[in-house]
Amino acid sequence: MLVFIIRRLTQSAIVVAVMSVLVFAGIFAIGDPIDVLISPEADEAERAAAIARLGLDRPMHEQFLAFAQEAAKGDLGRSFVHGVPALDIVLQRFPATLELALAAMLIAVLLGIPLGVWAGLRPDGIAGRTIMTGSILGFSLPTFWVGMLLIMIFAVTLGWLPAGGRGATREILGVPFSFLTADGLAHLVLPAINLALFKISLVIRLARAGTREVALQDYVKFARAKGLSARRVVGVHILKNIMIPVVTVLGLELGSVIAFSVVTETVFAWPGMGKLLIDSILQLDRPVVVAYLMVTVLLFVVINLVVDLLYSLLDPRIRLGGSRS
Amino acid sequence: MNQDQPMKGQQIEAGAPLLRVEGLRTEFETRAGAVRAVDGVDLEIRRGEILGLVGESGSGKSVTGLSLLGLVDPPGRVGGRILFEGEDLARAGERRLRHIRGARIAMIFQDPMMTLNPVLSVETQMVEAVLAHARVTREEARRRSRDALARVGIPSPEERLRAYPHQFSGGMRQRVAIAIALLHAPALIIADEPTTALDVTIQAQILFEVQKLCRETGTALLWITHDLAVVSTLADRIAVMYAGRIVETGSVAEVIDTPRHPYTRGLINSVPSRNRRGQPLAQIPGMTPSLLDLPRGCAFRPRCPRAQEDCQEEPGLFGAGHRWRCFHPEPVPAMGPATEVRA
Repeated sequence: MLVFIIRRLTQSAIVVAVMSVLVFAGIFAIGDPIDVLISPEADEAERAAAIARLGLDRPMHEQFLAFAQEAAKGDLGRSFVHGVPALDIVLQRFPATLELALAAMLIAVLLGIPLGVWAGLRPDGIAGRTIMTGSILGFSLPTFWVGMLLIMIFAVTLGWLPAGGRGATREILGVPFSFLTADGLAHLVLPAINLALFKISLVIRLARAGTREVALQDYVKFARAKGLSARRVVGVHILKNIMIPVVTVLGLELGSVIAFSVVTETVFAWPGMGKLLIDSILQLDRPVVVAYLMVTVLLFVVINLVVDLLYSLLDPRIRLGGSRS
Repeated sequence: MNQDQPMKGQQIEAGAPLLRVEGLRTEFETRAGAVRAVDGVDLEIRRGEILGLVGESGSGKSVTGLSLLGLVDPPGRVGGRILFEGEDLARAGERRLRHIRGARIAMIFQDPMMTLNPVLSVETQMVEAVLAHARVTREEARRRSRDALARVGIPSPEERLRAYPHQFSGGMRQRVAIAIALLHAPALIIADEPTTALDVTIQAQILFEVQKLCRETGTALLWITHDLAVVSTLADRIAVMYAGRIVETGSVAEVIDTPRHPYTRGLINSVPSRNRRGQPLAQIPGMTPSLLDLPRGCAFRPRCPRAQEDCQEEPGLFGAGHRWRCFHPEPVPAMGPATEVRA
């Protein structure tokens, strides 16, 4: 187990190093921040001074080495626009995105697994077919359009739920969360459903395919032959087996939900990292974009590691690092 | 709460069979029409008796076993009468069947690699089986599970209880399945080819073990197999199945020593034997017919060396006690057993 974790951490460090090079190279491709940052009336001397101050006069590899040195110490530079450390800006926005992503995943699991199992047990029934047709819609409707539709129906026409923002928040350990207040929860519902829609469909499909396969196995028949109730056969014998692929995929998806909640955050004006990224790209605020991408890479790496560990908990046949058998 | 059920069973007239199956029919709806996997099967098992149900792959013997417990998956439909301890299981609801499964009739499946759930510990799978039928504490259920493992010859049961199925060998897994089947001292165990997937030495051990345990507890056994040699050492009576029907039934001595149906004769001749070493093995020509396209009359007719014109009619059952479904049965040999199949 320990050997496995050490090996994975080494691999992760390499991934992070390679990604930092790619990110740094990529950031040069999206434009020169000088044009945005300095007023057009500034003269040549002011311009040269600003460029020197930001370190933009040095060649790219020197800039990268300076960046890497500071990054290793945990300093990802200062925002060109706000003048404060970029990492702080990103981390400040992180709880909002994390909250939204976790809420969406929770909805996806709570709705997707029961619906998928149901559709898997009765693949030819009316309910099963309706669920599958619904999941096709979930896959194919574009997120921004569904988001606007949700706002139109529930915020504008019915007036039940707010259209945007985080609402009132309450702090745990100095970090603000929306779901702890009634107002915040009301603000969270629509964006979470919007972000969850695609994942629900994904979970339904995974759970249905798994159920159809597992339900035919001899061990399910043997469980029934033991006189177990249908609830126990489905809820323990089938569910535990289909959870293996579901957890794997959901774990990987959690990373992508956090990283790419950009669209939903923009539609619902949710003050998370996604919205920050869009704003920073528009202002060519290089350090913030780099900090955002580095945080995202780290997230992916950590989540993958956690999924691998979870996997071994769910499936006793996988014992990491060779335990006795 | 199931404790009073054996008593109820025993109050039924003495001598009545434990299980009487009459006209069992199991059909599957397919695109190509209804397939009748089991077609009018009659069986009788007395208390403590071992009945061997023999047939080739696709003869309907496994479906027969599943039908008895209502475990046929949709779109399968089961008809006929399944009288078990005076109750017709074919008409029992799912709730009632659940109380019988595992408690009064247990089942053991063919492939021990597949019958235990890979992600649940042996303890979980045994304790849940105890708790499904007995109102006892978890510790008591655990104690019963451990004792059951010890009874089927699993060393250090306390430790093995915590293990997962993949940590057991095939033979050990089948012992666990047998231990689960024996948990509630059922009146009948349906064993669907339980030794086929095991190697020969383990097979012999399991056979011995099952036979011993059934004799000890007075449990009747329906042993479903394609292996005539195995069943002839184990069973009291044999029923031979072909294309969804019983074609011959009788005591082991009757069926093995004086087979009357040509199919049974063919099966016996295709068992390797030390008496006929060096000679080519006899085989039955042709293949099991498709259930979608059965020949008219006797289903064995196209493969039968003794078939004549009148075999296009459906033969009934002939004989008493030892019975066969054939117009032109094999002659009874004048002297002694014709073949040695006991391996």
